[in-house]
Amino acid sequence: MKKLRFLFAVLGAALALSAAAQTVQINGAGATFPYPIYSKWFSEYNKLHPDVEINYQSIGSGGGIRQLTNQTVFFGATDGPMTDEQLQSAPGRILHFPTVLGGVVPVYNIPGVTGELKFTGKVLADIIMGKVNKWNDPAIAGLNPGAKLPATDITVAHRSDGSGTTYIFVDYLSKVSPDFKKTVGVATSVNWPVGVGGKGNEGVAGLVKQTPGAIGYVELIYAIQNKIPFGAVQNMDGEYVTASLESVTAAAGAAVKAMPPDFRVSITNAPGKGVYPISSFTWLLFYESPKDKQRARIMVDFMKWALTEGQKYCAELGYAPLPSEVVSLEMNALKKIRV
Amino acid sequence: MKNPPSSRRSADDRGFRLATGFSALLVVLLVAAIGLELYRTSHLSIAKFGLRFWKTTTWDPVAGQFGALPFIWGTLYSSVLALLLSTPVALGIAIFLSELSPRPLRTPLAFLTELLAAIPSIVYGLWGIFVLVPAVRRLEVWTPDWMKKIPLFSGPPLGVGMLSAGLVLAVMVIPFTSSVAREVLKAVPSTQREAAYALGATRWEAIQAALRYGRTGIIGAVMLGFGRAIGETMAVTMVIGNNPRISWSVYAAQHTMAAVIANEFTEADTDLYLSALVEIGLVLFVITLVINALSRFLIWSVTREVKVKTVAPVAPPAAAPEAAA
Repeated sequence: MKKLRFLFAVLGAALALSAAAQTVQINGAGATFPYPIYSKWFSEYNKLHPDVEINYQSIGSGGGIRQLTNQTVFFGATDGPMTDEQLQSAPGRILHFPTVLGGVVPVYNIPGVTGELKFTGKVLADIIMGKVNKWNDPAIAGLNPGAKLPATDITVAHRSDGSGTTYIFVDYLSKVSPDFKKTVGVATSVNWPVGVGGKGNEGVAGLVKQTPGAIGYVELIYAIQNKIPFGAVQNMDGEYVTASLESVTAAAGAAVKAMPPDFRVSITNAPGKGVYPISSFTWLLFYESPKDKQRARIMVDFMKWALTEGQKYCAELGYAPLPSEVVSLEMNALKKIRV
Repeated sequence: MKNPPSSRRSADDRGFRLATGFSALLVVLLVAAIGLELYRTSHLSIAKFGLRFWKTTTWDPVAGQFGALPFIWGTLYSSVLALLLSTPVALGIAIFLSELSPRPLRTPLAFLTELLAAIPSIVYGLWGIFVLVPAVRRLEVWTPDWMKKIPLFSGPPLGVGMLSAGLVLAVMVIPFTSSVAREVLKAVPSTQREAAYALGATRWEAIQAALRYGRTGIIGAVMLGFGRAIGETMAVTMVIGNNPRISWSVYAAQHTMAAVIANEFTEADTDLYLSALVEIGLVLFVITLVINALSRFLIWSVTREVKVKTVAPVAPPAAAPEAAA
């Protein structure tokens, strides 16, 4: 009996080994923001190509860049484009490919206010820096003549963990407020002048929900899925736009004309009608000339699929799809990868 | 069956001694390796900031300026606060369970306190966010104005902050302190209490005598709790407000060393930033070592004092050597 069981065990192990030998495993790591859609893509792609298994670890953009630079993963993913310095420290040329879009929205909890508030970039920056610290400040009241704003103190809630969401938000604020750029600057974690930190979107949302007078920022998807009301933000053309998947995609469409060939572009505060100003691409990162040609061919094929077929999964998961102009630019750029 | 020849026996003994000795050595090597690796990985930050890292208060990843003082402050403040809040309760539990509680209640109560230690810290954090923080905010809103003028209670009513962190930590630390303290009190020979009663002591006085007898162990129990509080990460970061500013106020949002590492490690995108975070780990390591050494010293000085006292006036109690062993 024991012998028989042993035999089965050996047989099973042998089968598992031979199966593993046939599938190609490709490992990637990086940003947490696109993780839901990436894992959907990888599992759908695996259904189409059962011999390809793409594993993705959502360890954060910084970690993804570091692991790609150390060549411990085949591809990386980031919410903020790599800096020139980071690109130079990599052992080979790294290419950026936008995959989907996300937006960041201001959320607030003001006693007695239920409607949607309007913000200009400058007022938002002043609030976050603690310069405007009461809700009935003329700066806010002037933009929202209808709202009954109380004299409550403003509590700013921000992310305590390093995050692509923070990067997009402070990137926008730095563009609209020179003062913010000088005192805070742009990074995945920054030195906040005031406020309290919560871990993750849920941490910030929890702080805002529980603290009367709080304002914070979360990803658009998170606000939509959890039905958190958020404010409209004035774009470059002077319109007050409420974030939606369409207005975020519009921001990318507006950036096409000025798209640099390496796709390292910030589309916050983009010009154009109906554009939501706090929007951003998220990128997958590949080496231009990977050593493993088989894996490179598979990933190029995967990218072609993700940029076309794959985009249809965006809506159900709450991501804004890429505009078709960006997709065709990327299809051309994929040829740069030497397979 | 005869006993194996003595030479084989001594060979076995030697093997056993080598194996256990190696295990003991492994611990020493492990600690040394951790220290060395932390030092090696943080060399960028050490070279750039030197001792300033311990003294400056700016933590600005954008500008590449890193100072650890707000985190050191927050870690020590929250741990000391937790200790102040937890020690009386934990000792109360220990005394009740070992001296006063009716016998049938003892085991279930002890089991329940120890169960507190088995709850994952993320659960404590969630409890902190949803139950404790709103309650603390109500307390802060209710604080009378004259009290808010005291620096200890100043600042806006956020709910999250040092007080919430101290309370969560206190609850987490209680089972550790109380169960060790209970074991210590159990180990106090009953002759000690009987002697006290025989001298006409009240119950409270007899308990005091038992506490005095077991004080080294009780200090050890408290220090164990302190060590636990210093290293706690998840529950603290969820309720402390994660704001690296030094403040005396228990209402202010602050930050700790373990929390900043957990929060910022994944997105640390420059080498200097990463190295500064590792140096925070090194600082935490050094502070933990120092505190452990201090508690050893404290225990040592207390035991020495006890020995001197017992030897001096009267004959030592018969049970003392047993208890010491």
